[in-house]
Amino acid sequence: MDLDIDTVRVARTRADCALRPGEAFLGGGTFLYSEPVAAGVTGLVDLTGMGWEPWSVDGSGLRVAGTCTLEELVSGPGSLGGPPGVPGPYRGLGIVGECVAALTLSAKVARTATVGGNLALGLPAGSMVGLFAALDAVAVVWTPDGGSREVAVSDLVTGAGSVALSGGEVLREVRVPAAALGQRTAFRRASLTPNGRTAAMVTGRRIGDDVALVLTASVPAPHVLLVGVDDHEALDRRIEGIAGAGDSAWYEDTHGSPAWRAAMTRRLAHEALEELGGTA
Amino acid sequence: MKIDGADVAAEPRPGQCLRTYLRDQGATAVKKGCDAGDCGACTVLLDGAPVQSCLIPAHRAVDADVVTAAGLGRFGPGGDPSADADHLHPVQQAFVAAAGFQCGFCTAGMVCTVAGMAGAEPEQALKGNLCRCTGYRSIRDALAGRVNTEVAEPGQAFGRAVVAPAAARVVSGREPYTLDEPAPPGLLHVAVLGSPHPHARITRIETAAARTAPGVHLVLTHHDVPGTLYSTARHENRLDDPDDTRILDPVLRFVGQRVAVVVAETPRQAREAVALLEVDYETLPAVFDPEAARQPGAPVLHPGKTGAEHRVAEASRNVVVQIHQEHAEPGHDGVDAALAASAAAVTGTWTNDRVNHVALETHGARSWLAPGPHGDVLHVRTSTQVPFLVRDELARLLDLPKDRVRVVAGRVGGGFGGKQELLVEDVVALATLRTGRPVQWELTREQQFTTVPCRHPMRVTVRAGADEAGSLTALAIDVLADTGAYGNHAPGVLFHGVHESMAVYRAPNKRVDAESVYTNNVPSGAFRGYGLGQVQFAIEGAIDELAARLGIDPVEMRRRNVIRPGDAFVVGQPVDGDLEYGSYGLDQCLDLVERALARRPSEPVETGLNEEWSVGRGIALAMIATIPPRGHFTHARVSLAADGDFVVDVGTAEFGNGTTTVHAQIAATELGVPTARVRVRPSDTATAGYDTGAFGSAGSVVAGLAVQRAARALHAHLTTVAGANIAPIPGHEDATITPTAEGGVSAEATHDGSPRSVAFNVHGFRVAVHRETGEVRILQSVHAADAGVVINPEQLRGQIDGGVAQAFGSATTERMVVRDGVVVTRTLRHYRVPQLADIPVTEVLFADTVDRLGPSGAKSMSEAPYNPVAPALANAIADATGVRPRDLPIQRDRLWELLRATES
Repeated sequence: MDLDIDTVRVARTRADCALRPGEAFLGGGTFLYSEPVAAGVTGLVDLTGMGWEPWSVDGSGLRVAGTCTLEELVSGPGSLGGPPGVPGPYRGLGIVGECVAALTLSAKVARTATVGGNLALGLPAGSMVGLFAALDAVAVVWTPDGGSREVAVSDLVTGAGSVALSGGEVLREVRVPAAALGQRTAFRRASLTPNGRTAAMVTGRRIGDDVALVLTASVPAPHVLLVGVDDHEALDRRIEGIAGAGDSAWYEDTHGSPAWRAAMTRRLAHEALEELGGTA
Repeated sequence: MKIDGADVAAEPRPGQCLRTYLRDQGATAVKKGCDAGDCGACTVLLDGAPVQSCLIPAHRAVDADVVTAAGLGRFGPGGDPSADADHLHPVQQAFVAAAGFQCGFCTAGMVCTVAGMAGAEPEQALKGNLCRCTGYRSIRDALAGRVNTEVAEPGQAFGRAVVAPAAARVVSGREPYTLDEPAPPGLLHVAVLGSPHPHARITRIETAAARTAPGVHLVLTHHDVPGTLYSTARHENRLDDPDDTRILDPVLRFVGQRVAVVVAETPRQAREAVALLEVDYETLPAVFDPEAARQPGAPVLHPGKTGAEHRVAEASRNVVVQIHQEHAEPGHDGVDAALAASAAAVTGTWTNDRVNHVALETHGARSWLAPGPHGDVLHVRTSTQVPFLVRDELARLLDLPKDRVRVVAGRVGGGFGGKQELLVEDVVALATLRTGRPVQWELTREQQFTTVPCRHPMRVTVRAGADEAGSLTALAIDVLADTGAYGNHAPGVLFHGVHESMAVYRAPNKRVDAESVYTNNVPSGAFRGYGLGQVQFAIEGAIDELAARLGIDPVEMRRRNVIRPGDAFVVGQPVDGDLEYGSYGLDQCLDLVERALARRPSEPVETGLNEEWSVGRGIALAMIATIPPRGHFTHARVSLAADGDFVVDVGTAEFGNGTTTVHAQIAATELGVPTARVRVRPSDTATAGYDTGAFGSAGSVVAGLAVQRAARALHAHLTTVAGANIAPIPGHEDATITPTAEGGVSAEATHDGSPRSVAFNVHGFRVAVHRETGEVRILQSVHAADAGVVINPEQLRGQIDGGVAQAFGSATTERMVVRDGVVVTRTLRHYRVPQLADIPVTEVLFADTVDRLGPSGAKSMSEAPYNPVAPALANAIADATGVRPRDLPIQRDRLWELLRATES
């Protein structure tokens, strides 16, 4: 929709990324342009003008720019993952396609929506969090003073719609370590309808004799559970631990009741643990 | 930027999205459905790839090549740049051939999406496109290249799958919907301040800052408008609805109700001026639960309203309308005694949540003044099902003679009952009268959810008893409807809701208790089925439960108890009126569905169904009167035009119901010509004779019958009578022949909508239920309809597909979540309208009947398919699991909860 703002600047250099009063960053824009602009925002700075390379992979791992579109993510890193179950240096990326498909957006919107935008929204159902947290990724954040800092993707989202980014900070890229790229990963989700908003999502990665499971969508902020291979009892205890946090442990919105989400999360987590069993 | 091959140089505004930029450049093939990236109506090809243009920042597209539906045939993938401008792309041709649209508002975006995603599976290709009319079956057919339509021989169009006359224009985005005509010079825009409180009185409203804000031409508060009471609901008789509403009211009764109106040169200026309004409110106690609202001590929403003056039954109890009736046949002692003595009796309560129409075109209107013979005429072009009723009430509210108001509906982008209301027209009309300028108001999708009427939520308690043989001994219902803050459609929906639903069953003892109650919720209104679906859901559940108790097959149970020709129609009392058995096909519908379900085994043969799945089947039936009661009037004129074609002027509106096609078919058949020689001009109060409107499924059987009479008389005149002789023609005394100004001749006929017949629908499902997740898979869906003689088999099937799909949404996922009067689900990503992937294919079967009242034996069939779907689904789930869902929608999480509660 039309946004009631007065200026749009297309950022070309890092200096352009310094926000002026009233300005906010524009990523792909598929969320920003879907709702009236927040009060006080009078201008946008379009990060897609930075011309960042969408993604690259080398010996140190995978880098995905904040402005990498979801379509680019699927067609690039997603295709490196290869078909499910096939070993290879990038088999950890086998869940990329499912993670993008888990979003309610269509292929049309995936063409414009960005990885950074999805992460920075901090929505419980924002599947990029579950993807990159499962891949042990860190986010590189440009700070307004010209420096940068790193934050683990699993720590980036701190609550429903809140992220560990301060005003003027830019989510420059996420970095997946090389080791994670070659490890087995798993994906599960539940929704009220086949293409509906994800109500519970579990991503996981096999790490030696352990499995890291990341719970998103059913919880306000991601939970990372490290449990032994095939240790379903330990998994149950960890999930009980989440429930012990109180009424707000399970996220509530119109896309599924908290009790159902809790049950689906448990079910999916056991399935993912099962899938990641056997030999590493 | 290039738009459909043409260069444009205009600079986009900061923050402007591509969709409004394109429309500003005249590319009105690009529609606004949701403005939030959820519906896909605005899809265009951006440098060859489909995008939802409402989400694309226009500044990024200044160097892009944009193709809209209007340019798809020439500039789309595989297009022919040298072809004529109206050349259709193969995808567009496929949509025409398959009849892959109804209202067509989604179609321009749909064809761009499909053309840009060749090879994708339908479920994925259309993940981002919503269609509210078709139920997607015909769209699947279009994608598969199936041809569902045909060209009829001259005079043979009746009964054939003729293409809609507007098809080529619809699929290429050229058919002008309400706001698609070029903006008149000086057009002003409306923004409205909505109430932040569910119940409050305005104690102060300061408008000075808003009035002097840039671009503002007018600010209206309750001090500035006529205080005339009216109802937003429109009916043939305006006394059907309570007079409880004002254009702007100092008392606010729901969150979002209009507080004040700003009219400015741009929508943004209007919005920004709204923010400058200063309002003080005295908040009042609010009530949101209809049961609480009718208890002593509850806040009273409309104190002082009376039955005699305002048609509010008991204002002090918030009761708008009530029905309390009991009937016992001779020798019977009433419901309570019968239930006590019955071999089996069930009592249960069923509920449904609020449902939104989600017509893809939001409410919107544009008004202007143009000179007429007796002074300026106020023109209002609006998205309405009832242009004449809007005209009449506007004239009353604004104190204008009717001939000084002209209301026109272009092609309407979906209605489903939601446009049988006066919701935006009063504001634009008043603003035009005050400013002298053209004024437009287009509701946002959020306003569609938060401020305009939705379907009535109801709580229905059923008590039913039967003897050992399964014959009903008693049937009683207690209905509580939440009409929200205003009583628009409250009486009609309540009376209709309990009417055919009760009348379809024979029982010697019957009782109806029903009340519709004011609450501080968003108003409820007319919705497809008009109350029947809610009540039928409960009754069909109770009948099913009774059959299960007695060990009787559910189809057999219904056969034993449904009315048959000759039986009286009994609701809570025998009905004394004009309802007749013009035909009867309920027995056939039951047989058809039973046989179809029997053709498939009940075992979980489908792959992937392990022991966690339970399989079951269920059916439900519904009856509907073919025409609304108490008069539905139409006046049709068929003329021989100067060019030798025939013109049908008829007041009813085309909103995807297919009446334009039907009227062309009827006229062409009577006149013995191809349908291409018939032009239908609907829904203009200045050119057409009066028509009550396109509701109550009346377009085919009321307006259609008048068109038939007029066309038949014109044909007789042309073939048997010399040119200037306009004497009545023997056998055609029901039509008048008149010479036209152009030297031609026309015939006019009317119909008063009486007597009325009955139509029937039966739906059957076979389902698999996953107990661990609450997932329900549809293994089979079958629908039988008794529509009399079928006028257009493809359109009729489309109406049924669409009704079933809309009902499937209400039954499984659609739910307006309202907390303390605040609608939480205000976008389409949070209110889940079915996508293509969600809708099972339904086998559609027709009963073989000929109605003696409808045109050439036809009956109406557009609301009715909605009604039996939800109960059939609930009955199938009950059969599968032993647990009966009684609350709609049956979402996965709710069903899981229900199954879990029963197991523990």
